[in-house]
Amino acid sequence: MSGFGGFVLRRGIGTVITLLAISVIVYVVFFVTPGNVAQITCGPRCSPEQVHQVAQQLRLDDPLYLRYWHFLQGILVGQDYSTGTSVEHCSAPCLGLSYQGDQQVTQLILAKLPVSLSLVFGAMVLWLIFGVGTGVLSAWRRGRFTERLLTGITLAGVATPVFVIGLVLMIVVCGQLQLLPFPQYVSLTDDPEQWAWNLLLPWLSLALIEAAAFARLTRASMLETLAEDHIRTFRAYGVGERSIIGRHALRGAFAPIIALNANNVGSAVGGAVLTETLFGLPGIGQELVHAVNVVDLPVVVGMVLVIGFFVVIANAVADVLYAVADRRVVLA
Amino acid sequence: MSQVNSSVEGSMDVLVEVTDLTVGFGSLRAVDGLSFRLEKGAALGLVGESGSGKSTVASALLGLHRGTGADVGGSVRVAGIDVQEASDADLHRLRGGKAAMVFQDPLSSLDPYYAIGDQIAEVYRVHARVSRRAARARAVEVLDRVGIPDALRRSRSRPHEFSGGMRQRALIAMALACEPDLLIADEPTTALDVTVQAQILDLLHTLREETGLGLLLVTHDVGVAAESVDEILVMRHGRAVEHGPVDTVLGAPTEPYTRDLLGAVPRVDVPRAPSEASSAAQEVVLEATGLRREFGRGKRALAAVDDVSLTIHRGETLGIVGESGSGKTTLGRMLVGLLKPTAGEIKPGGGVRPDVQMVFQDPVSSLNPRRSVGESIADPLRARGERDEESIRGRVRELLERVGLEGAHYDRYPHEFSGGQRQRVGIARALAADPRVIVCDEPVSALDVTTQAQVVALLGELQRELGLALVFVAHDLAVVRQVSDRVAVMRRGRIVEQGPADEVYDAPQDPYTKQLLAAVPALDPQVAARRRAARRELATT
Repeated sequence: MSGFGGFVLRRGIGTVITLLAISVIVYVVFFVTPGNVAQITCGPRCSPEQVHQVAQQLRLDDPLYLRYWHFLQGILVGQDYSTGTSVEHCSAPCLGLSYQGDQQVTQLILAKLPVSLSLVFGAMVLWLIFGVGTGVLSAWRRGRFTERLLTGITLAGVATPVFVIGLVLMIVVCGQLQLLPFPQYVSLTDDPEQWAWNLLLPWLSLALIEAAAFARLTRASMLETLAEDHIRTFRAYGVGERSIIGRHALRGAFAPIIALNANNVGSAVGGAVLTETLFGLPGIGQELVHAVNVVDLPVVVGMVLVIGFFVVIANAVADVLYAVADRRVVLA
Repeated sequence: MSQVNSSVEGSMDVLVEVTDLTVGFGSLRAVDGLSFRLEKGAALGLVGESGSGKSTVASALLGLHRGTGADVGGSVRVAGIDVQEASDADLHRLRGGKAAMVFQDPLSSLDPYYAIGDQIAEVYRVHARVSRRAARARAVEVLDRVGIPDALRRSRSRPHEFSGGMRQRALIAMALACEPDLLIADEPTTALDVTVQAQILDLLHTLREETGLGLLLVTHDVGVAAESVDEILVMRHGRAVEHGPVDTVLGAPTEPYTRDLLGAVPRVDVPRAPSEASSAAQEVVLEATGLRREFGRGKRALAAVDDVSLTIHRGETLGIVGESGSGKTTLGRMLVGLLKPTAGEIKPGGGVRPDVQMVFQDPVSSLNPRRSVGESIADPLRARGERDEESIRGRVRELLERVGLEGAHYDRYPHEFSGGQRQRVGIARALAADPRVIVCDEPVSALDVTTQAQVVALLGELQRELGLALVFVAHDLAVVRQVSDRVAVMRRGRIVEQGPADEVYDAPQDPYTKQLLAAVPALDPQVAARRRAARRELATT
């Protein structure tokens, strides 16, 4: 499958270029942002000398292109940082040191990433089941009461903010009924069962909102397919409604579902801030918001790159699935 | 006693019995009191123009109107099942099992996502309790039966990997899978090229001979019906106009409408009425030499038109015929200047202005639905710098009247017109720029035959009065013969034969031209049978 190899290669190069462009933009945006980084980092009670020292330590006086160059070097070959007293080595994919507490950004992200990935992929399974299921059901029961009811529910779902659902779930399930303890992140490797129980509510609240969009999309694409000529062919051959819905109409909805799913997974890795905050999950989104607030440039750039990486990868995977789902599509 | 016997026997032999069928969609009566019978193994052609209700009848035979909100009255019995009264389960048994339908557009009539063999197997398994594997084997068997080469391998292909003719064969294979008693073919060859059409019609004919299948053929093309059926029922406005054996209806029609319909069908074997312009036409208005047009780049480049040279004289009509993909439309577009040739040149003869205009195939999509037809016709005037609103309106009115519409139609919108009228608007728009040459790309292929004849007559009239040169691009050999002084036959981007129309049609030199002409359906069933025999001979030798 040389076409596939070529596709992966082209996509790989494209990903690198995209990520470079993202990093440049983030760098520039932060450079023009008002506020003295050294002052913020050092704290309000620092003397001008101390602030100056911090600025030197952080290389804030270097020109922008030089700082960017150091940053790229760090990613490719690693970097040594002097913390004043000792020299710390930050090995190859080094995204720099956090301005706060001298932590390595790579380590920081690696610590937060499992939380975000657990949240997103778990929620993805649920939103696909709920969303596509609801969509199929409303396409099957089109024009009847069931469909109208489901349409109303999904419309409400699209319109509800995630923190409302999350709060309600927490208050009812953990507070009133006390079925579950208030969620607290447990690593999958430590205790898979606790991991799942604790993530159940975050998954549900993220998934229910997203499922609404999937339900609408599935229903719309299935109705579109149902109006096509080949459906008429199968009807004219006595094929039952169940096959027509489940085999032929659903198949036509695969491609748009795959596209939407890739988009949602990619952006939820860094974008599920509200869910993470609400349930106290120490994920990427929460950390990113914190880093932006304290103008921690290395952390922000690093996180944005990782998020960008996931979005690009998710879309590449979607393209491959797309071509598998519809053989008429040529990977290019 | 004997009476009872005969009626039982009679009902055994009757495959389809339609009595006083009416189908209404809201206030519209698509079918209005239609009755007919079809004996086992017989073939009936439902012939009519668009809107005559013929396809609605076909759907009613399978009960496809059930649940759609259509208003169905009268009775329909197919293979002993009362379609109106039957339970859903009985209806599902009828569909495909006893009566199978072949649809018009074979690409959109198959599911793009599944292999063709799997789709046939799925349908087969609805009617036969067999394993997946056995159903798959049956699919390969019927694909082989309809002449798909290497059927086992090709059964794994998806519809887009098949050519138009092969897709239609695959649909016929699907119909054959459950060995039905009746085949309902709704415009089965309308989307196909003429040579492929002949192959499909021959296939249907052979299948009928071998399996005793009954056939209900729905078509707008009288020629197609003449080739394939024993009886013809001419429909108009949802009613039967004339019904009888094919020889009688086509040979000695009694109803005026049938006569008009037959009169409007262009004949491929009759020379065109001589036109006075052809002899005087020596002044060259457009000359193309060595035209070539490629699409794509590098290794994927494909020459749609390759080394084509043409001369067009004042007042004459040059017909360009060819099947789909022959490059005829690309050539027409280059002549108008819509496409730049990759090589070769187009020179206006004598004059400096190229002044070539175009009339397009689809009168619906070639007019902007959001602008009044007057505005559309005025476009070329404005493009030439005319700014005076009074004179623009005046000129557009004149043009509208010239093409047989009314000046007052200026402010109307395209949807208020019929197909033929819209094509007249298209012609008026082409005339607005005072062209010396009009390239008509399939100008009548979207129209019914009676409308077709009117538009063709209008073009001829305009040509005589204005001394226009016409380039008439079409796939329909009969239409081209009836309008052209000279004809060029295209195949794979090249002109294989070019000359005076009568010479090309009566004494074709190129084997491809011969093949094309042999494939044209004949109106006379006896001629059709002779041609079919000749085609068979050609195929076996």
